Amino acid sequence: MADAVFLALSVITIGSAIAALELRSLIYGSIALMGTLGGIAGFFFLLDSPFVALFQLAVYVGSIAVLILFTVMLVKRELIFKNIEDKRRKFAGFGLMLVVMVALGAVFLDSGIKSMNTDEPAVDFRDIGTDFVTYYWPALILMALILAGSVTGALVLAKREDVENDQRTN
Amino acid sequence: MTSELIDFTLVSVALLGIGIYGLAVKRNFIRMLFAVEIIINAANLNLVAFARFLPDSGGQSLALFSIAIAAAEVGVGLSLIIVAYRMYQNVDIADFRSLKG
Repeated sequence: MADAVFLALSVITIGSAIAALELRSLIYGSIALMGTLGGIAGFFFLLDSPFVALFQLAVYVGSIAVLILFTVMLVKRELIFKNIEDKRRKFAGFGLMLVVMVALGAVFLDSGIKSMNTDEPAVDFRDIGTDFVTYYWPALILMALILAGSVTGALVLAKREDVENDQRTN
Repeated sequence: MTSELIDFTLVSVALLGIGIYGLAVKRNFIRMLFAVEIIINAANLNLVAFARFLPDSGGQSLALFSIAIAAAEVGVGLSLIIVAYRMYQNVDIADFRSLKG
């Protein structure tokens, strides 16, 4: 059975996920998203995976959430508070959400993982490091290239060409 | 461990449902990115939970890869938002239909 810490973390995670999507202000929404990402990091600590939890905190809460917050601040003020959605789509989306939750929840509750528990010690994070430099090394290099490529691509996409042209004419 | 695998799986199903709701209902590009982030995090939670209960280090390694790739995805997604906002002065995806090829 779930303990108090788990229940508190689930309330924080799911509650702030709903708040991130439903709060009127996008700025408060992105702060609520930070709560979700932090809650997931808490779950990783509960699952005895401190390395992944710290990675989650550094990458998601530390950089992605701040990046989203800065992008939101670049958008016009009235758009931050503007709620664009129609009522019928909202009901349909709510129905879809319930169907997904009930169907997948029923499948999981009916499956063998319901009684799955472990007394074995958690995986040591040194093993992950060893895996990374032995078994996964081609994937690690590929990931580094993808990250470098995506950062370059993002910079090229966001570059303002009109500013450069203005300077050229001056 | 006091919490069982099914507890973590149910939380991840709930997060997946919320993310799908956000993707289906919201027309704001930034909110849709929030929804995608929530879905990716639900998947990561499942990976780490199964890695703990099997136990196997592969799940944690995959979660680390997933987090890194998600960071790249958010970077590109946000720059797309900035470009589209500069073109249309709006973040409503209904306005971006003319971007279709």
